[in-house]
Amino acid sequence: MAAPALTDTHDAPAPVPQAPPGRTRRSLSDWLDRTAAPYAYVTPFFAVFAAFGLYPLLYTGWISLHRVELQTPDRREWVGLGNYTEMLVDDRFWNALWNTFTIGVISTVPQLLMALGLAHLLNYKLRGSAFFRVAVLTPHATSVAAGTLVFSLMFGRDFGMINWLLDLVGVHPVDWESGHWTSQIAIGSIVTWRWTGYNALVYLAAMQSVPTDLYEASAIDGASRWQQFRKVTIPSLRPTILFTVVVSTIGATQLFGEPLLFGGTAGARGGTDGQYQTLGVLLYQQGWALFHFGRAAAIAWAMFLILILIAAVNALVSRRLRRA
Amino acid sequence: MTTPALRLRPGAGRQLHGGPVTFVVLAVAAIVSLFPLYWTVVAASTSNNRITRTPPPLVPGANLAHNLKEAYTQVHMGTALVNTFFVAGSVALATVLFATLAGFAFAKLRFKGRSLLLMLVIGTMMVPPQLGVVPLFMLMGDLGWSNQLQAVVLPTLVSAFGVFFMRQYLAEALPTELIEAARVDGAHSLRIFWHVVLPVARPAMAVLGMLTFVQSWNDLFWPMIVLNGDNPTVQVALSELGQGYVPDRSVIMAGALLGTLPLLLVFVVLGRQIVGGIMQGAVKG
Repeated sequence: MAAPALTDTHDAPAPVPQAPPGRTRRSLSDWLDRTAAPYAYVTPFFAVFAAFGLYPLLYTGWISLHRVELQTPDRREWVGLGNYTEMLVDDRFWNALWNTFTIGVISTVPQLLMALGLAHLLNYKLRGSAFFRVAVLTPHATSVAAGTLVFSLMFGRDFGMINWLLDLVGVHPVDWESGHWTSQIAIGSIVTWRWTGYNALVYLAAMQSVPTDLYEASAIDGASRWQQFRKVTIPSLRPTILFTVVVSTIGATQLFGEPLLFGGTAGARGGTDGQYQTLGVLLYQQGWALFHFGRAAAIAWAMFLILILIAAVNALVSRRLRRA
Repeated sequence: MTTPALRLRPGAGRQLHGGPVTFVVLAVAAIVSLFPLYWTVVAASTSNNRITRTPPPLVPGANLAHNLKEAYTQVHMGTALVNTFFVAGSVALATVLFATLAGFAFAKLRFKGRSLLLMLVIGTMMVPPQLGVVPLFMLMGDLGWSNQLQAVVLPTLVSAFGVFFMRQYLAEALPTELIEAARVDGAHSLRIFWHVVLPVARPAMAVLGMLTFVQSWNDLFWPMIVLNGDNPTVQVALSELGQGYVPDRSVIMAGALLGTLPLLLVFVVLGRQIVGGIMQGAVKG
């Protein structure tokens, strides 16, 4: 390329490649390639999302305004907001909503705190650190179904591993499954087991990109390791922490497999008293155990509204964070 | 102070050596992480009688082959494994291909509305597929696809996370000059994609493929709705086992083991790469 003289004028013409006459066919296809091809490359994503994401979501809203049964999906009776008013006076809905919230807190808060601590430890130079990283991630490769089957055996009342261990230290056996809080703690521990390592690695990655100077400066100021962790690491990790909180909250809102399979034959009831029935399980029960598609659709839209609420709160918080 | 060379790698200079306490805490975390898996093997290799006695068994027994065979036949586990390999394999392939194409466009091609469309992609992450299951189920019924694998595959052919992941990777790893040079040589963007982008994108494609495969393998909600016990995926078969179709607990555990083993093997072989991939995605995400 011919290097122009080092002038600093703004009006130096940009080198525009001119198509020589006689090559218009070529430049037409070139023009198409530059303007249309990018849209073609992103089309598969949007097409599949429109067909299997957006359309079902909107259609769910429409169905939620009707009475529709599983056996006769083509027969629809307009009920307006009937499914919603019914839902709002249904104890099962409020029970499931509250359970989703409490199990969400039980499974998310300790999980993220432990992940933060684990990441801090994994960030040390250590023999076998590669092994530890893989080891804490392994539960993530286990499916919800397989993990829940193992844990429900370990949380068994009569022969469970956990009650046996508790017995060794003098604690009376706990009937995990039938209690309200005990069953929720057990389910929360399955979620925690599967996700702590994953989030620890996400935090670890963020920790390793914290600029060294910050630590050096604080070390010069005489900060201890704990002070460094609190005053340097945590503030630098704030966007990542927010990200994991949002992802975990979305996951908690949809919690399904663990409460469905934890009770064995209790299935979609979520325990004999519904003590661990979540919104996801209630949706499944209404649609595929009780065959009320309209009500299931109303629950789905309630979940959608909750997610929008979470997104709005997230947007508010992150704007505040960016300003701070 | 660290040397200037070290300071180019953020974080590297701060890696302190961990003491024995660090080691012990991490060892406990590793044990808690791995023990349930070990115990799956133990429970799968004993008998229902042995499991229901205190203290619980802590070492494997001799019934593994018998229990595996039972689990295999009771819930069509053979069909389930083949089905799941097919589903997870095709979902991973399609996701990687479409995500790389879209990621390339978002990272390196200029077009009107690019950043708006990218925002839309990220926004779709807020819409979990669970919310649309009722009409999807009806749609699959109308198409005659209930209980068929394409009903599970088609809705998950793309992933917003995948598109974003590939965009972030290609934005950094793919030099724009390479593309410009190929353009000057008269190559069209699809040729550029094939000869320039794909070779550069390969490591990220491998990571995305593995993550997608694992996720698809473990998917439960939608497969459970649209498939039944005659043509299940592994997770559907496992949930049938768990919901009491089989009374023998060691057989249930053998089923859980059977359904988890393929992924665990991948993990043993490629664990470090997967860890690296998740951390890479995390930094950039």
